[in-house]
Amino acid sequence: MKILLVDDSKTMRNIQKSVLTQLGHTDTQEACDGQDAMSKVGAYKPDLLLVDWNMPIMDGLTFVKTFRQTNKTTPIIMVTTEAEKSRVIEAIKAGVNNYVVKPFTPDLLSQRINETMAKVAAA
Amino acid sequence: MDASYIKPFIASIQNVFSTMLQLPVTVGTPRIKDRTGPAFDVSGLIGMSGDVTGSVVLSLPRDTAERVVSLFCGQELTLESPDFADAVGELVNMICGGAKAMFTGKKVSISCPSVVVGQGHTVARQTDVPCIQIPCTTDCGELVIEIAIQQSPAAAAAAGAGATA
Repeated sequence: MKILLVDDSKTMRNIQKSVLTQLGHTDTQEACDGQDAMSKVGAYKPDLLLVDWNMPIMDGLTFVKTFRQTNKTTPIIMVTTEAEKSRVIEAIKAGVNNYVVKPFTPDLLSQRINETMAKVAAA
Repeated sequence: MDASYIKPFIASIQNVFSTMLQLPVTVGTPRIKDRTGPAFDVSGLIGMSGDVTGSVVLSLPRDTAERVVSLFCGQELTLESPDFADAVGELVNMICGGAKAMFTGKKVSISCPSVVVGQGHTVARQTDVPCIQIPCTTDCGELVIEIAIQQSPAAAAAAGAGATA
């Protein structure tokens, strides 16, 4: 499975990569903001995206809306500090499949990834 | 400053440190910061806007910062490491994000973090907003959260209009 990690924090991308490696997913690419992610999704064709919300240049919500204009199916998990219910609803309306609030344990991130991919497989 | 803004930051720093670093935080008594007082050697800064405006600073002495960042990243990182500042920024990002989620009925945005590294630096703030220091101790050393935030005039006016309606 190919996974695109979109977060302006290299620390956070490394933490996510570490969790993914423990789950057996080693094929990952990284993007530091929404614009960088848009430039990579075409060639990389990820099977899953983990996307932060607050990023410079293009934030995560804008990226999700833009991405969803041409791709309705690739699952997206938002991984963000935005914890308010209104934000979660906003993200889901934009096309996000699942949501993880920072800080998170490796177990929680693993669980969200597994449940997202299980739903995709079942669909 | 509204005292109800303090508890969310206490809860949030304890949550972030225990979840991401498995490091308990003991919180001391909040106090008003002397306007001229310096920060520690490393400061992560975040701005707040919307119904609540101002700034929040996470400040740590060098030794504490290096231990905390190394725990966070799962590898030895020093002040000179290229990823050091990024890690500090992400910590203050999570602390502020968690705190603002506990501001009942308030719509608040936070900026991307900035990080200052340098002994004896000071962080200048708006002079009309009191700065509350929350001193903390951990097994990695001491650190402090400095909160200088207030309800925005627009939000205060809206709250006042709602109360008289």
